[in-house]
Amino acid sequence: MELTLWTYEGPPHVGAMRIATSMEGVHYVLHAPQGDTYADLLFTMIERRGLRPPVTYTTFQARDLGGDTAELVQRSIRQAVERFQPEALLVGESCTAELIQDQPGALAAGMNLGVPMVNLELPAYSKKENWGAAETFYQLVRTLLKSQLPAPGTPKPSPSRWREEGRRPRVNLLGPSLLGFRCRDDVLEITRLLAEHGIDVAVVAPLGARPADLERIPTADANVCLYPEVAGPVCSWLERSFGQPVVRTVPIGIGATAAFLRELHGVLDLALPAELQEVEGQPSEAERRSRLPWYSKSVDSTYLTGKRVFIFADATHAIAAARIASKELGFQVVGLGSYSREQAREVRAAAAELGLEALITDDYLVVEKAMGEAAAELVLGTQMERHSAKRLGLPCAVISAPLHVQDVPARYSPQMGWEGANVIFDSWVHPLMMGLEEHLIGMFRHDFEFVDGHRSHLGDGAPTAASGAELEAATATATATVSTPAPAAAPAPGTTTAADAVREALESLWTADGEAELAKIPFFVRGKVRKNTEAFARERGLARIDAEALYDAKAHFSR
Amino acid sequence: MGVSAPPIQPSPPDILKESGQREVFCGLTSIVWLHRRMPDAFFLVVGSRTCAHLIQSAAGVMIFAEPRFGTAILGERDLAGLADANEELDRLVKDLLERRPEIRTLFLVGSCPSEVIKLDLAKAAERLNTQLLGRVRVLNYSGSGIETTFTQGEDNALLAMLPLLPSSDEEQLLIVGTLADAVEDRFRLIFERLGITTVRSLPPRRSTDLPPVGKGTRVLLAQPFLSATARALQHRGATLLSAPYPFGVEGSRDWMAAAANAFGVPSDHFNAVLAPLVERGRRALEPHRQVLSGKRLFLLPDSQMEIPLARFLSRECGMELVEVGTPYLDRQLMAADLALLPPDTQLSEGQDVDLQLERVRAARPDLVLCGLGLANPLEAEGIATKWSIELVFSPIHGCDQAGELAELFARPLRRRALLQLS
Repeated sequence: MELTLWTYEGPPHVGAMRIATSMEGVHYVLHAPQGDTYADLLFTMIERRGLRPPVTYTTFQARDLGGDTAELVQRSIRQAVERFQPEALLVGESCTAELIQDQPGALAAGMNLGVPMVNLELPAYSKKENWGAAETFYQLVRTLLKSQLPAPGTPKPSPSRWREEGRRPRVNLLGPSLLGFRCRDDVLEITRLLAEHGIDVAVVAPLGARPADLERIPTADANVCLYPEVAGPVCSWLERSFGQPVVRTVPIGIGATAAFLRELHGVLDLALPAELQEVEGQPSEAERRSRLPWYSKSVDSTYLTGKRVFIFADATHAIAAARIASKELGFQVVGLGSYSREQAREVRAAAAELGLEALITDDYLVVEKAMGEAAAELVLGTQMERHSAKRLGLPCAVISAPLHVQDVPARYSPQMGWEGANVIFDSWVHPLMMGLEEHLIGMFRHDFEFVDGHRSHLGDGAPTAASGAELEAATATATATVSTPAPAAAPAPGTTTAADAVREALESLWTADGEAELAKIPFFVRGKVRKNTEAFARERGLARIDAEALYDAKAHFSR
Repeated sequence: MGVSAPPIQPSPPDILKESGQREVFCGLTSIVWLHRRMPDAFFLVVGSRTCAHLIQSAAGVMIFAEPRFGTAILGERDLAGLADANEELDRLVKDLLERRPEIRTLFLVGSCPSEVIKLDLAKAAERLNTQLLGRVRVLNYSGSGIETTFTQGEDNALLAMLPLLPSSDEEQLLIVGTLADAVEDRFRLIFERLGITTVRSLPPRRSTDLPPVGKGTRVLLAQPFLSATARALQHRGATLLSAPYPFGVEGSRDWMAAAANAFGVPSDHFNAVLAPLVERGRRALEPHRQVLSGKRLFLLPDSQMEIPLARFLSRECGMELVEVGTPYLDRQLMAADLALLPPDTQLSEGQDVDLQLERVRAARPDLVLCGLGLANPLEAEGIATKWSIELVFSPIHGCDQAGELAELFARPLRRRALLQLS
């Protein structure tokens, strides 16, 4: 038994719903009580879907439990098949139905439905949403490809057979799904990117695919595993059973996009174009299709140097973010973690490369604590890290599911490919104050124009900060029902006061000349210097922090 | 005069009864407003990851540092041995209460899985009460989807509190059902003006501040979904006042009139106090009535508020009722509102969502009241919707809120008129 106040992932049957709802022509009969239909709103509200998820819930009640719930399951299946005429049927159960053991899949198997049926067994008490999505996708593909399975001993098809067949090479894009982060736009971006290199896309799945499309999967020369959380197991199975090679580099960031293209060219036995040739010490020509390399090199970005970044996300986006942050933006990654236990090994490896220990947890409070302890200056995380960062007064960019309605933007904003790198540069850097702007405000902040109440050329007619805040509050109330009914978030008693006490104790250490010296330091680094100096004083057990202590600390930390 | 019982109809309209797929939350969802009403209470669901995900999705809760509700998620080990599950629960409660010393009442909330494995939360509450030596009171109730629908969770929570209510035959008016604090304050003020001085509420604002109950207690239900609580209060000697629910000007006035009658408030005095409120409420209603009048409304079953809302929207806003769905029909609790519905109103009880949506499509109503899972799909089909969940989170009770309540229904129609998207 585990206390959960908030959870990154839903139960595994919600993962199955993501697969069913991402596809066309698939229906899911879910043996579940009233209440489980809540999951529909994830799709209709967060994704703003104009269609109900293709899910029939049996809605059994306590009074049914004494009688024949199996009959209820069969009736629901029969009616769903008649009404929705699916091309493939998923049959499964949610947590409660798992306990009453009606085995809806077995019941469906005996019903002679005339459509391919997948019996989903998703253990609700040990597994979670992403696992459920991956398992469902795998079972569905397996069921639909059963008749095409090559006999054991059949030689692997050559990934360069396209040449003999006189056609362009083609690959499948596997993994994009609803409620995944920016999948809709990533598919477009990668399809375009592949087209530029003369590579066709055979099947995109599950997003937008029909069961008949899944049956075409073996016609491709290779599979691109875009999201390992969803497509990892199915790609491995296709590799084992059909001999289809898998491209596993996830093309997020310019380095990874280039590596992805190189891997793909290698797998397909395509000649590597000159623009993708690696050049020592500088981005290849292809990488310069993104603005990220130049933006990152331009002088305004100097202030990004060594910014302390804390990353927590699903494995795919966390690993990609760590690479971009450290190699492409010159940040210092001070924390890296994920809630994706299935991919923990990969996250640990990425963390180890940066000299860190990965944080693998699904407890958001543990993440918040680590974020605070890492003394981060920028947080890259999920919507929950955005809230935690706000409490800690840190800027944050959202890089991963679980989704909020804001993470499904109207505009085109992929994460993958060259354009994805542009989007990432903007969305990570904008929460920070821009470099030159930061310096100018520092220089001019004592000028009277910057004093409160004198900021606008509108003079006395200018709206005050207070009225602006009221306006914001009013808007927030009006929209509160969309995002949340916002109860007063009372700070946990005890913690605040304890922190305040520590703060006061530390502040009392500063002598007048220490404070005076601190005041001479530019404001945008003052907070950091104060914190470092206090840490230094605590470590050394100093009773007072004077100017000398401040310079000692400065020397200490400049190593 | 104002204080008059509504005319009773000879026979209620025919009801369509359906049992199929329901697009309705389970009783756990009530926690979202109950925990706000009682800030010194914690609601611990004993259930699965689905329960935790349901509550956070239904409430859109991502904002809390430390919310006052959570889920004790059952794992495979708990399913294997109930003895372990009990020990685990005790350990978890102890940890939780150490971290949250301000909590005075802990509700253990049963779920579908905890009921199916027959985890005895009543015994657990008893055991924990002994261990905690009265420092924190532990109660239990079921919010499971196999037993309860959406708002019934509050009914069960209040029922769990009843044994703790002291007995007293003192004359008092007891308002039962969660109200927004501001709305409750308004009602108290008006009752005071009427001369009804002892007014108490269940649930109270502080979970330990429980009202007494006994022969002198007159119960006025503020919410239409409290069947079991109402009956249990009657068993404790209280009198249940029959009235329409306090939605809209008329409903709110008749609701207060029921109390005024019971406490012998002279009718001139009642009218003198209420007349300005009624007049002002109608004025606030008028612009929205103009938008809503003559429009056809289809109410899908959700919160149990459908019948009283239909009464308000038809009688005070001039809407035509295509179908009024309710998860279940408690004739006693709905008597006054049912009597005020137009005689030919089509009622439906329970749900078979696919069949019901077919009726919606066939009727092409101007507005559908429905849950969040159905709203965008209906909008995409060109049918305007109003989400029902907003009604349980917004202050909508009383004459003063009648305008706002009507506005919630008028907004989708006004919005459609504004957009020029062709």
